[in-house]
Amino acid sequence: MHEVSIAMSIIDLAEQQIRASQPCTVQELELEIGKLAGIELQTLNFALTGAVKGTAFEEAKITQHIIEGKGRCSGCETEFVMDSLLTPCPKCGSYFIHILQGREMRLKSISIN
Amino acid sequence: MCGVCGCGEHHHHDHSHGDHHHDHEHTHDHDHMHDHDHDHHHDQKPGNTKVIQLEQDILQRNNLMAERNRGYFEALQLFCLNLMSSPGSGKTSLLEATIKQLAAQHPEQPVYVIEGDQQTSNDADRIAALHVPVYQVNTGTGCHLEADMVNHAMKHLNPKAGALLFIENVGNLVCPAMFDLGESKKVVIISTTEGDDKPLKYPHIFLEADVCVINKIDLAPYLQTDIATLRANALRVNQHLQIFEVSATQGTGMDVWCSWLLEECAKCK
Repeated sequence: MHEVSIAMSIIDLAEQQIRASQPCTVQELELEIGKLAGIELQTLNFALTGAVKGTAFEEAKITQHIIEGKGRCSGCETEFVMDSLLTPCPKCGSYFIHILQGREMRLKSISIN
Repeated sequence: MCGVCGCGEHHHHDHSHGDHHHDHEHTHDHDHMHDHDHDHHHDQKPGNTKVIQLEQDILQRNNLMAERNRGYFEALQLFCLNLMSSPGSGKTSLLEATIKQLAAQHPEQPVYVIEGDQQTSNDADRIAALHVPVYQVNTGTGCHLEADMVNHAMKHLNPKAGALLFIENVGNLVCPAMFDLGESKKVVIISTTEGDDKPLKYPHIFLEADVCVINKIDLAPYLQTDIATLRANALRVNQHLQIFEVSATQGTGMDVWCSWLLEECAKCK
């Protein structure tokens, strides 16, 4: 359940960012979460519903953009989509993969008015 | 990002840099007005909605604190290990065996321990019995340690320069993987009783780790666990893992492990 910590970190970070714009109404929080980041989205959503209580984000829409996993084979340099951390190279079967993207956990933007 | 006001806009202001020191009196055209006390930029959407573009790492607060810890360790020339594993893999037993061996062979080497558990001070009591300074962090329902807990614990421990600091994370093979504590190296401990496919089932923690200690190797003959397969699976997840095989209770492999610890401590000086 590290998603609870992640949810609280999101709200802490977002609160810090809107401080200069207060008073305001938060419309939307946009998150970018990589498929290989080790976050269960359902669990994160559940954790967020708790974390936003009593904050400026209680009524805000939370949008999650999923970033696909991508890797490059250290052997044959093939680039390919990774659905999990253990995706072998489709060309040569090697597990020596350099992960190019998919481990992101970012707060992309906050819409306020 | 603008390096002067930090407002996050891409200002493409052209000025040439000779070997003169200019006082940043360049003007860049802002077609928007806002206070420059934050480093993000705003887009105006139709209506009154303003979009604050951030692209910030969600764990940045933890990561910043972890870097503070790292700086503190560096200044004190500490070698710090973050020990992570499932409950019952023998983290505390490995620590006890390590502390006993170092105390016997290298009594000059200062050792400190931060213990992370949800409840009780049982592990800290076991370490304190070996006359090593220890600080217990109880996370309550928390399933992992975070950098600020380590920062707090360090202030209580007040370690000597050149020390070896062990952080025993909460027994959990999932959550601790994500949280940088400022350690020099992350160590994942797996015991032979857990089966040889554990790295494949919990790849995140093996991917994050620098070192893997396979514990309870003395029990392998009585189990369905093949150590060679376990090693291969760990390396399949993370080809850079440095692997040690030990039996903390029987002492097997402890010489190699302790020598490595001392070598790494020496590198910090």
